[in-house]
Amino acid sequence: MTVPKRIGKISFGLISPQEFRRMSVVKIITADTYDDDGFPIEMGLMDPRLGVIDPGLRCRSCGGRPGECPGHFGHIDLIAPVIHVGFAKLIRKILRGICRECSRLMLLEGEKRMYIDQIETIVRLGQTTDDIVNKVFAEARKHKVCPYCSAPQQEIKFERPLAYVEEGHKLTASDIRDRFEKIPDEDIKVMGMNPDTARPEWMLLTVLPVPPVTMRPSITLESGQRSEDDLTHKLVDIIRINQRFQENREAGAPQLIIEDLWELLQYHITTFLDNTVSGVPPARHRSGRPLKTLSQRLKGKEGRFRGSLSGKRVNFSARTVISPDPNLSINEVGVPLEIAMELSVPLVVSPRNIEVMRDFVRRGSDKHPGVNYITRADGRRVKVTDRNAEEVAEQLEPGWKIDRQLMDGDIVLFNRQPSLHRMSIMSHRVIVMPHKTFRLNPAVCPPYNADFDGDEMNLHVPQTEEARAEAEILMRVQENILSPRFGGPIIGGIHDYVTGNFLLTHGDRRISRLEVMEVLKKLHHLEIPEPVGWNEAGEPYWTGKQIFSLILPRGLNLEFKASFCKNCDSCKREACDDDAYVVIRDGKILTGTIDAAAVGAFKGKITDRVIKEYGPTVGAGFIDGMTQMAIRGIMLAGFSFGIDDEDIPKDAEDQIEDVLNAARENVTKLIDAYKAGELEPLPGRTLDETLEMRIMQTLGKARDNAGSIAGRYLGIDNSGVVMAVSGARGSMLNLTQMAACVGQQSVRGERIRRGYEGRTLPHFRRGDLGAEAHGFVQSSYKEGLNPTEFFFHAIGGREGLVDTAIRTSQSGYLQRRLINALQDLEVQYDGTVKETRGIIVQFSYGEDGVDASKRDYASPENVHRIVQRVLKKEGA
Amino acid sequence: MNLSEKEVSKRIEGLPLPQSIRRALEGELQDVEVSEEQFSEITETVVADYRRSKVEPCEAVGVVAAQSIGEPGTQMTMRTFHYAGVAEINVTLGLPRLIEIVDARKIPSTPTMTIRLDKDYALDRDIAREVAWSIESTNILHLGSMATDLAEMNVVIELNEDALLQRKITAEEVAGRLAEGTKLPAEQHANQIIMTPPEPSYRDLLQLVEKIKTISLKGIEGINRVVIRKEGDEYVLYTEGSALKEVIQFQGVDPTRTKTNNITEIGDVLGIEAARNAIINEATDTLREQGLSVDVRHIMLVADIMTCDGEVKQIGRHGVSGEKASVLARAAFEVTVNHILDAAVRGDVDDLRGVTENVIVGQPIQLGTGDVKLVAKR
Repeated sequence: MTVPKRIGKISFGLISPQEFRRMSVVKIITADTYDDDGFPIEMGLMDPRLGVIDPGLRCRSCGGRPGECPGHFGHIDLIAPVIHVGFAKLIRKILRGICRECSRLMLLEGEKRMYIDQIETIVRLGQTTDDIVNKVFAEARKHKVCPYCSAPQQEIKFERPLAYVEEGHKLTASDIRDRFEKIPDEDIKVMGMNPDTARPEWMLLTVLPVPPVTMRPSITLESGQRSEDDLTHKLVDIIRINQRFQENREAGAPQLIIEDLWELLQYHITTFLDNTVSGVPPARHRSGRPLKTLSQRLKGKEGRFRGSLSGKRVNFSARTVISPDPNLSINEVGVPLEIAMELSVPLVVSPRNIEVMRDFVRRGSDKHPGVNYITRADGRRVKVTDRNAEEVAEQLEPGWKIDRQLMDGDIVLFNRQPSLHRMSIMSHRVIVMPHKTFRLNPAVCPPYNADFDGDEMNLHVPQTEEARAEAEILMRVQENILSPRFGGPIIGGIHDYVTGNFLLTHGDRRISRLEVMEVLKKLHHLEIPEPVGWNEAGEPYWTGKQIFSLILPRGLNLEFKASFCKNCDSCKREACDDDAYVVIRDGKILTGTIDAAAVGAFKGKITDRVIKEYGPTVGAGFIDGMTQMAIRGIMLAGFSFGIDDEDIPKDAEDQIEDVLNAARENVTKLIDAYKAGELEPLPGRTLDETLEMRIMQTLGKARDNAGSIAGRYLGIDNSGVVMAVSGARGSMLNLTQMAACVGQQSVRGERIRRGYEGRTLPHFRRGDLGAEAHGFVQSSYKEGLNPTEFFFHAIGGREGLVDTAIRTSQSGYLQRRLINALQDLEVQYDGTVKETRGIIVQFSYGEDGVDASKRDYASPENVHRIVQRVLKKEGA
Repeated sequence: MNLSEKEVSKRIEGLPLPQSIRRALEGELQDVEVSEEQFSEITETVVADYRRSKVEPCEAVGVVAAQSIGEPGTQMTMRTFHYAGVAEINVTLGLPRLIEIVDARKIPSTPTMTIRLDKDYALDRDIAREVAWSIESTNILHLGSMATDLAEMNVVIELNEDALLQRKITAEEVAGRLAEGTKLPAEQHANQIIMTPPEPSYRDLLQLVEKIKTISLKGIEGINRVVIRKEGDEYVLYTEGSALKEVIQFQGVDPTRTKTNNITEIGDVLGIEAARNAIINEATDTLREQGLSVDVRHIMLVADIMTCDGEVKQIGRHGVSGEKASVLARAAFEVTVNHILDAAVRGDVDDLRGVTENVIVGQPIQLGTGDVKLVAKR
């Protein structure tokens, strides 16, 4: 294997006119592009020596075909020097800093030496020299008389956009160039420039490079008309003016005309370089659209840097809608057959695998898993078709490469945008499936932040052995269960997985033999434990806890509070009345219910422990088993939630009504007290603010009370409560809103106050401060909202939508900045964190050198566990 | 044979472990009988587990930290104002606050301080209140009313006797401060102060009124409001506005437990290390308040890169990203063209060591598995 070549460094500098001419392949003199027959005119802007874009032609400079030839620069000799806009400010600074007679930088020798020392030091430290250079110019400008030739200096005024005025005379670009040419090299160094790579006079152009046609291709419209690139248009303008300038000057035209033409040339070159200079009207296309010139091509999100260089396009990728499949492992992804037949994995034919490879090739490209292309030893690629499959298979030799279609077991990268963290791209094993969507286990939705309401995801096939190895070892889903953000599991049960486990393991649910078989049907290598008892008919039964214990690894010990723990004042632990205290001994659940706190994404305590004690493979197996079991567990019990699940008895409705009426009365009382001036303001608040806060408080409490009344009647057998309490989906607040009372609508944390003069809607009196008039929704969603309530609800809802829209853009930018600032940091072999300049940012990563996702091994709790284990072992 | 407590402590100190684990180990082994073998088994396991937990070399910790802080950003609320701790004082929270922290703003949008008092002051409500009064910046409207007399073309200030007593300031002092602040004579008769603009003009008169309103008569300028709240046994002061340097020198204030949310101010007053800790604390608090757990190590790294040059630098164009060594990395971030023009003039050389540069030229990046410079010999 050869060591791949690396680009070591890139130096930047200005190009001198000599260099321009040296690299130019042709001097452009005519503004025309093509002749009447459609052939490029020599010495015109489309000269064939500049490169080729038309298929079938060859480049006259390098002989390459379109696509091979990178293009070659030409040049235009400008009649008079022209200022480069990008350097307008720097030219001004230099003009002011140098002597108008002798062009020396107006600083004393000692000062110059000092500044050079400073610049060298700062360059060595890898910091920016801007501050020192600015100081140099500021100091030099203070001299009114040149310290070298004693010439008195004049104030140089800068006039937008591009004029330098001295004593009322405009300095021409030639004048400036003459002055700059005389600046000695030592002085240029003091100005923070490197005289070898950037002489100041090179900032005034005398030769204009003509970019190759490959970067300004013309397109042929359907009508057969050619449409030129914006850059070509601009170049045409430049050449025309340049020619006219020359003619006029040779003809001895009056100074005024010459100056006008010079300015026009300056304008065209300015806009050629940057079409958004302030003070210069942007050059426009015939249609009125501003031209996209050089600067515009580089700038911004879709510009060359961010759009084309930092973001690259790839082959061997696919994108389609995703849908759930709980029968897949979290490590797998279902790939539609159509996609599998399009994507391929390159394989090298060797004497050992040649027969297997032949089988693949023989299948052709229409039968899965076939081969799409083969690459012969000499590098020639042949498309495999039905017709040549047999023949190619016979020819196959070791050393050839085949592009085998994607098949089960291949490793691929799977990604969903926005890729906010590294778990947004993980590698999965392929399972080829019918139909047209990517299938994934819903347990891997949290890291991707995916749902199935039409989300699409991307798939990439690694093409080299190294890439596949990295994908398999570092990027597998199971290696990413623990998030480096907080060191806990980010993958785990969601929605029905949590509900299913809850229903299966809550209380002492009896499960018959048939049901046990049903639940365990997709799980492998399990031994069914002894049944806990026999029912009246003499049939054995098991408990849900027993069944769930089957997927727990032996030797697991754990105690924690379940998600639906009510946080009683004194915890009864194992004796919990609600079965909310989970105790696991040697991989058996003794008490407690499995819910979100045990297996849920972001918080699953069991998942966490299993992975940390038994490793990712066991962990992934546990999650797979858990999902399989939960799906069948929920089917045993049956689970649905409908409108009638929000029904509460008349009793409760009356009570809620009373609570809300009482609250409304209290609000009225508060308003009366406020109007009578009896309300005590809270410290540091105005009376109005106090009233608002008190009303909000009263109404908030009323809603909570209404909720707890409804909650009392909706017991643990209510599906909604099961979901809320187990942490599967929704909250008690959502149930309250559906069954009891929606509550106060707010905008920016306050009651709704906007609308008409003195009132929110014409349905209310002016100055009404009551609950209804400011967005209190008394109805529940089930009852339905009355028109004013509905309107207020829409106001509150709209704020939420706007909020989300703004947040995504703001947090996106925050993320981009953070990444850009931190991306080069890396832990060194000595444990320090350094950035590219070699500056140490941290002497030891995170002060203790611990990886955030492995932090539990270095925690006091782990020390406790170790000490306990060792002491117990010895004691026994 | 069991080891003595002293022996255990001594041996623990010698272990290659971070302090937190050593402390935990010491705590666990206190009052426990440990034999030689048990002790060595424990320490060996603990050290092995610690080794296992260490970051691997070449790990791109920067990106991980940035993602760990950026990703929860999407889940944060936008609601700017909320009441943290005290109902009376508004503080910026959530995403806007996080952005403010990494922006290294000179002044946060809602500067506030938490002032804790010395023992002798903290336990008594009245004494605490007195400190609060003297810290709070007092202006004329706290002490009385102000009116303009258009006939006489002057400003008449009527001081409230009670307010003066409460804030421990005399009418003479008020007149003195006003005269000093406006550079005009202030006539004072009992609780009345009359001030006249030099020229009899309406404009000057109105300007004088505005000027008088802004003059701080007593207390610390910039601290507009102080609220007292009981926390545990002690009374704690919360302020609107921040002036750390003045407050920590105040009689009765415990400078070691007093803080502000203005990071730049902490940097100026207490130094860069304090600013770094302030960034960590503020960011952690902001995230925790939103119910998001983020490992401190990530926040530390952000705080460290912001402060490693000795001054608090912004995460972004005018700070860390703008000072990168690589021209291409800067150009790819923001203000593309200017960076390239400047680099050309300076004759910069890009060593292509960072991530962006290598992506741009199309070669493997020098982090993680890309940083292993080992080639197999065949």
